[in-house]
Amino acid sequence: MASTETTTGPAGNTPGDTPDATDSPDAPTPADAAATAPAGGGTDRDGADLAGLEAGLDALESSVAARQPWLRTLASKALPPVIAVVIVLVLWQLAYHFEVKPHYLLPSPVEVARSLQEKWLEGTLLGYVWTSLSRGALGFLASVVLGTVLGLVVARVKAVRAAIGPILSGLQSLPSVAWVPAAIIWFGLSDATIYAVVLLGAVPSIANGLVAGVDQISPLYLRAGRTIGATGVAGVRHVLLPAALPGYIAGLKQGWAFSWRSLMAAELIVNAPDLGTGLGQLLEQGREFQDMPWVLSAILLILVVGIGIELLVFAPLERRVLRSRGLLVKS
Amino acid sequence: MTTTTLTKRPTTTADAGPAASYAARIDHVSKSFGRPGARQHVLDDISIDVAPGEFVCLLGASGCGKSTLLNLVAGLDAPTSGTIETPGGRPALMFQEHALFPWLTAGRNVELALRLRGVPRAERREEAERLLELVRLKGAYGKRVHELSGGMRQRVAMARALAQDSRLLLMDEPFAALDAITRDVLHDELTRIWHTANDTASGSGSGSGGLSVLFVTHNVREAVRLAERVVLLSSRPGRVAREWRVGIAQPRRIEDAAVADLSVEITEQLRGEIRRHGQH
Repeated sequence: MASTETTTGPAGNTPGDTPDATDSPDAPTPADAAATAPAGGGTDRDGADLAGLEAGLDALESSVAARQPWLRTLASKALPPVIAVVIVLVLWQLAYHFEVKPHYLLPSPVEVARSLQEKWLEGTLLGYVWTSLSRGALGFLASVVLGTVLGLVVARVKAVRAAIGPILSGLQSLPSVAWVPAAIIWFGLSDATIYAVVLLGAVPSIANGLVAGVDQISPLYLRAGRTIGATGVAGVRHVLLPAALPGYIAGLKQGWAFSWRSLMAAELIVNAPDLGTGLGQLLEQGREFQDMPWVLSAILLILVVGIGIELLVFAPLERRVLRSRGLLVKS
Repeated sequence: MTTTTLTKRPTTTADAGPAASYAARIDHVSKSFGRPGARQHVLDDISIDVAPGEFVCLLGASGCGKSTLLNLVAGLDAPTSGTIETPGGRPALMFQEHALFPWLTAGRNVELALRLRGVPRAERREEAERLLELVRLKGAYGKRVHELSGGMRQRVAMARALAQDSRLLLMDEPFAALDAITRDVLHDELTRIWHTANDTASGSGSGSGGLSVLFVTHNVREAVRLAERVVLLSSRPGRVAREWRVGIAQPRRIEDAAVADLSVEITEQLRGEIRRHGQH
């Protein structure tokens, strides 16, 4: 048998037994075992026999899933989106070329690239990205803490769930930009306003993700956990949270998207000189100057950072969790 | 062979004296579900004692409440009336589904049970390896659950149940979902482990130690193949209909003539019980 990774019998086997049990295509059937077993032995009559039989069954029934070579994975995963981007760029260039809109309204891809290059040469570009990214990360981390606690309470306490469960899922459909005016009235033009909007956007999705994750847990795991003594805090830590992890990570992913979106909405509107310039503020400045290449390059940056974090952080995390549980179905 | 010291547990809270005369006492237990008025009686006045080291099979058709009874003994649910005592502490429980945690490796699944039992960190790894070796899965420590075959999963589940170091092992049709060949092998395996546990216990003179098994099944042959005593439950509500001592010497095989003979007798009785339900 090809599957060499499976267990072989215990060391107590006689040397002659092992190849027989693992290599023979027709594993010894119980009837065979009965025929070869010494009649009326002690309690471990056919100990070695049984071990060999089991090793044979194990070898026959387990298979080792082979992973695709990474080059092919790259070709099948990365190539299509690249082609799609190229097509969009070509269409854009054509639209520019035939002047579908006047050039000051629709600049060419090259002009946008030049605008980006300018900011890069000024040395300010990474600063803008960092300002937004650090705000986004900080807001997201705070949302994770709050959302996790809230999600756990809603998932496990019936009364709380009945009271605020529907509100929590309803909040997800409220665009977080709607909080901006309220936050400005409360906190003025400050960082607190920006963070308040990010939290209000991200906490409900993270909490909802965790609630969904907990709801999807098979009752069997909870029962099994209780029988081995995982109750109370130990139950939450060793059974509930790990079992809910796939749904939780989906919630985190969505939470990040909401954080980033809310942050951009807040930055667009909350614009004060002492706040530092993030990507949202950059975008707003571009609008004030009526500089279309500037505006488009800011949009592009916002998109790239959002997608980048998703691809670099959340996608690998999710794949890892799903693969380790055998939940990643090969196409 | 392997060293199978199922270490003595001095930490039992409900220990009834130095040597309790039973591993589980089910005393006039009834269980009903539903609101008053629309109550459904599942179990009716059931009394069964499981002696220390004894292997008892609960046999019955669907609706006899055998799984409910096992849940009661496991402490996952409370009886409506009557009492259940398990002097050896919380019993270990195995299900038809392996119920292993897919986010842990086979070895870590076993270790979690050890950890929750309070085994110090330094000893867990070695103990888990020993238990896996006991179910003949020496190399499976680092394997993920989905990489194991059905039979291997049930053996890991058995190792996890044994990791609880309970003197009473409850099994709820643990082999029902396996193919016939694998099931037959696991019968041998379970018998071997049960014998080893009891031999070691009597050797070390630990009084009421050893391993008792309460095994639920609807498979008559399986019951006769494994048990020292078979208890037949009637259905709706579940009552003890009859019991048999199985005097056939171990090691038995499921195709032994003596096993077949007793199975025929029990099956007749079981069919009689089922027929009663079609008469009104």
